Amino acid sequence: MIEIKDLHKSYRTGSNSLHVLKGINFSVKEGELVAIMGSSGSGKSTLLNILGMLDGYDTGSYHLDGVLIKDLNETKAANYRNKFLGFIFQSFNLINYKSAWENVALPLYYQRIKRKERKDRALHHLETVGLKPWAEHLPSELSGGQKQRVAIARAMAAEPKVLLADEPTGALDSVTSHEVMALIQKINDEGRTILVVTHEEDIAHMCKRIVHLKDGVIVSDEFVEQQRAEANV
Amino acid sequence: MFRFIFDKDTWQEIWGSISKNKIRTVITVIGVLWGIFVYIALSGAAKGLDNGFEKEFQDIASNSMFIWAQSTSIPHKGFKTGRRFNLKVSDVETLKNKHPEIQFIAPRNVQGVFGGEPPQVVRGFKTGTYQVFGDYPVVDKVNKKKIFDGGRFLNDDDIKYDRKVVVIGEKVRDELFDKDEDPVGGYIKIGSIYFQVIGVYKLNNFGFEGDDSIFMPFTTYRKVYNSGDLVGWMVVAAYDNADIVALEDKVKSTIKKLHDIHPDDERAVGGFNLGEEFGRIKGFAKGMNLLSLVVGLATIIAGVIAIGNILLISVKERTRELGVRRALGATPREVKAQILLESVFLTVVAGIIGIILGAGVLALIQATLPEDGDFPYTNPTVPIPFVLGALVIMVVLGTLIGLIPAQRAVSIKPIDALREE
Repeated sequence: MIEIKDLHKSYRTGSNSLHVLKGINFSVKEGELVAIMGSSGSGKSTLLNILGMLDGYDTGSYHLDGVLIKDLNETKAANYRNKFLGFIFQSFNLINYKSAWENVALPLYYQRIKRKERKDRALHHLETVGLKPWAEHLPSELSGGQKQRVAIARAMAAEPKVLLADEPTGALDSVTSHEVMALIQKINDEGRTILVVTHEEDIAHMCKRIVHLKDGVIVSDEFVEQQRAEANV
Repeated sequence: MFRFIFDKDTWQEIWGSISKNKIRTVITVIGVLWGIFVYIALSGAAKGLDNGFEKEFQDIASNSMFIWAQSTSIPHKGFKTGRRFNLKVSDVETLKNKHPEIQFIAPRNVQGVFGGEPPQVVRGFKTGTYQVFGDYPVVDKVNKKKIFDGGRFLNDDDIKYDRKVVVIGEKVRDELFDKDEDPVGGYIKIGSIYFQVIGVYKLNNFGFEGDDSIFMPFTTYRKVYNSGDLVGWMVVAAYDNADIVALEDKVKSTIKKLHDIHPDDERAVGGFNLGEEFGRIKGFAKGMNLLSLVVGLATIIAGVIAIGNILLISVKERTRELGVRRALGATPREVKAQILLESVFLTVVAGIIGIILGAGVLALIQATLPEDGDFPYTNPTVPIPFVLGALVIMVVLGTLIGLIPAQRAVSIKPIDALREE
């Protein structure tokens, strides 16, 4: 699903150059649930941004589902993001003037799907995250855990190949964190490929594989015994 | 793009965005609304003023002038300076033949205006003093008199047969006749001669004679007051397309020639150029029109700039939202189009509301003003092309000004937009 070979990325700030990713080799197969761990500055967010086509890279290669993702213009990147990827953010990033189902339906809007069908599909995804009764509520009327579940439903709406979650539980307490992880595990059980960036050990151990990043290189990459989130709720 | 504009979803998206940011939307709309409102109200009012003047002058041959004799100021052909002379009836024909621009000339005489006692008019026990004019029927074309039902103005036969008939003013009738009496056919005594009343005229808005004058045929006047072929003054009306100012000079020099006056004598022939004065008033109305156009357009532009400004702020505010949209698959083009359409949509909606309000205010002014008021203000309207033009300008400006925030919205990379807290 994801093939990364010798990926380098550096940021230039004025005359200084900050080498963030120093040759990443990394691949993810379909249906995996991978946690990317690392302290701040390890390059994990940069890696996720590159995976999410929100940022480019200098050298190396990145294939997503067999397609080389390199030097895309904004329009093409937008189309690929829409087709291949679902994003889950730490701060949810729901549009505050749109109701829950409208938020979920937004990726479908950019696929030019008719409103009626958008709503049907959005409601279906809200149902899988258990929030169908809240479909007409604004984000401000939802709790943090509910917001993140709406965001997950939104990420799922376009049926993407890969879900990218950037600290999905970072803004949540431990109980709701586990609820959200349980949801992510459930989606993964259905065969979806998911990458989770986190710095929490217990969250990482709810995944099937943990990749540690340090100073722009992968220091460890191991499969682990998945802990089911339901057990901790 | 075409499909995009006419896509129902696009509008739902835009409607969602603007209807859920109410304060921003309202403030934005007010800017342009005020602009177009001022534009419509001002230019409508200017047009009303214009129409008002038009209505005031409709009974008057406005492209006309008065010419009268004064004293010479330069000695000429053996005549010394300060000589008084008189216009003659024969001058009328000469002038007409010489200047084809002249539509008609009405020679006039009067008793009781330029010095001289107004004659005593008697009817039974009632008396009064009124100015008495000797006129040709053609004078009615210069300043149309509204004659009450049952009467008429002087006609050619009255001139031909030197009839002793008069047309009297409303006030004259009120003072000499009883309320329920029909003055037409009745007789009044001017000096020592009886005249039959053939008509009563109504005071019109722009009268030279007021409503207390008496008109008799020029030929009758000549006999009664023994004025021979003298003419007090004459009204010269030119065709609408003629240059009345140039004609005034030509007429004056012809008169100077006829009466042995030095060609450079500026004071011998008096004149009042009505056409020039009207031109000035019409120019004023035109100036008002232009001014209101300029002020209105400037206000619209100010309003549109305000929209751009607010959209710019709102784009800044929505950076994160736009970043999310782009992460979810919105292309830069779609983001741009959305901001642009929001701008244009707000501008047009505001414009239409402004037009309706402006029209409402104009209608209100029209309704409040009395029908026959002194204030020259009639039927304030804004021509449809002006309204459409204003709308087009607004759409164009709305698009142009919307381009700035739209460009800004896509110039931020989605990753930066998402990072912004």
